Amino acid sequence: MKSKICILDYGSGNVTSVKNAFDRLGLESRISNEVADIAKASHLVLPGVGAFKASMEKIEANLPFNVIRTEISEGKPLLGICVGMQVFAESGYEFEVHPGLNLIPGSEVIELPMDISKPHVGWNSIKVENSHPILNNIDDGADFYFVHSYFLSKINNQSLIASCDYGVKFPAVVAQDNLVGVQFHPEKSQKNGDKLLTNFVELVQ
Amino acid sequence: MKKKRVIPVLLHKEGWLVQSKNFKEYKKLGNPQKAVQRLSEWDSDELIYLDISKNETYSTNRGDTAAPEYRDLPDLLGEVSKVSRMPITIGGGIQTLQDIEVRLRAGADKITINRAALADPSLIKLASREFGRQCIVVSIDYEEIDEKRHLRVGNQKTPNSNPLEVVEWLLKVEELGAGEILLNSVSRDGMKSGYDISFLGQVADRLRIPVIACGGAGNWEHMAEVLSETNVDAVAAANIFHFQDQSVYLARKYLTSKGLPVRPPSIQSRRG
Repeated sequence: MKSKICILDYGSGNVTSVKNAFDRLGLESRISNEVADIAKASHLVLPGVGAFKASMEKIEANLPFNVIRTEISEGKPLLGICVGMQVFAESGYEFEVHPGLNLIPGSEVIELPMDISKPHVGWNSIKVENSHPILNNIDDGADFYFVHSYFLSKINNQSLIASCDYGVKFPAVVAQDNLVGVQFHPEKSQKNGDKLLTNFVELVQ
Repeated sequence: MKKKRVIPVLLHKEGWLVQSKNFKEYKKLGNPQKAVQRLSEWDSDELIYLDISKNETYSTNRGDTAAPEYRDLPDLLGEVSKVSRMPITIGGGIQTLQDIEVRLRAGADKITINRAALADPSLIKLASREFGRQCIVVSIDYEEIDEKRHLRVGNQKTPNSNPLEVVEWLLKVEELGAGEILLNSVSRDGMKSGYDISFLGQVADRLRIPVIACGGAGNWEHMAEVLSETNVDAVAAANIFHFQDQSVYLARKYLTSKGLPVRPPSIQSRRG
């Protein structure tokens, strides 16, 4: 089946960067928050740039999340990027505590340790913890582009696909059933990012 | 391991890429989109794109060049980001949260503010709350006069008229919620005399947020010096990257050979 990617548009996030990346890879994608586009899509992407609470408020205001929840529960792959992955959490602690989408119950978003330079900006290597098709053809130790001060914690061991080290070991890639989340920006991670986006589109329901 | 970044800076003025010397002499270099594509093909770590246009002209108005014409900044940014696989920080002309949103939506990953933050420091706080501090880079220009550093606001000729000390301003900017500092010595701009090592070292040790060093790179050795002698997180430069096709590759190759923690040089990828 030919893939149709829907980049979920909630009025924030770097949607254009993500669209540009799929365009360069020759993969059909559309930026939308329409129920019809979400239902038709083979894959959903929740991009992210911004603060947890501001992002959650925009998601709640602009996305038909009950529809998205149903699509996810029926097996449609969803890729969350950066804050788009952090909102999988049950709750987030950026500026103040705020509930997340609770796609991964028990998980929470917390700040990187106090004693290191923040935000964590730039290229850092990932360590593979569990094999998963999202990392096909990507080397253990590959560099990806990160830009964040918070991370998703309290993830169970099986869901932790790759970690990154920056003052603390934190999840770089998580996966649970058809959900995949990445803390880095694959759309800005050049050849490794291109491989990851291609791998995501190859995941099928 | 976290890598130190090597960041080319492109200066854009009214439809052209330009080269700058001491913030007053500008030489036209050519088409922005081509330059961005070239840096992206060489897998540059990031790109800082500064718009220093004096008016709202984004078209060269010349039918005799092959240069694309742009309607406005978002249009230009949209075209430029299509050919970029690297993160782009855009600066210039940002006054409001709306200006930031437009730029992020057009394809920028981060924005940088300079004068608007000095005029109204609360913009830093509001922007960091709205978009996350990681995408708010505050750019600070200073001059070196008699061993002292003075804040420089725009093109003003009287640097002492701003009562804020550079370090005082840096600490305030950090406290207000900036994600990164782009620290630029105007006195070294285009001079190829090396980075302001002692000051950069002092600042990078006092701040918790990453500092991007800018101003004075004349060769790769200057970059190695600032990366090995200070705790800055990134080195940025404009002119040194302009005239050589393989500049990004050569910079990282040199720095890697000196044992510095940068991404290893990668061969050119032609997929854009």
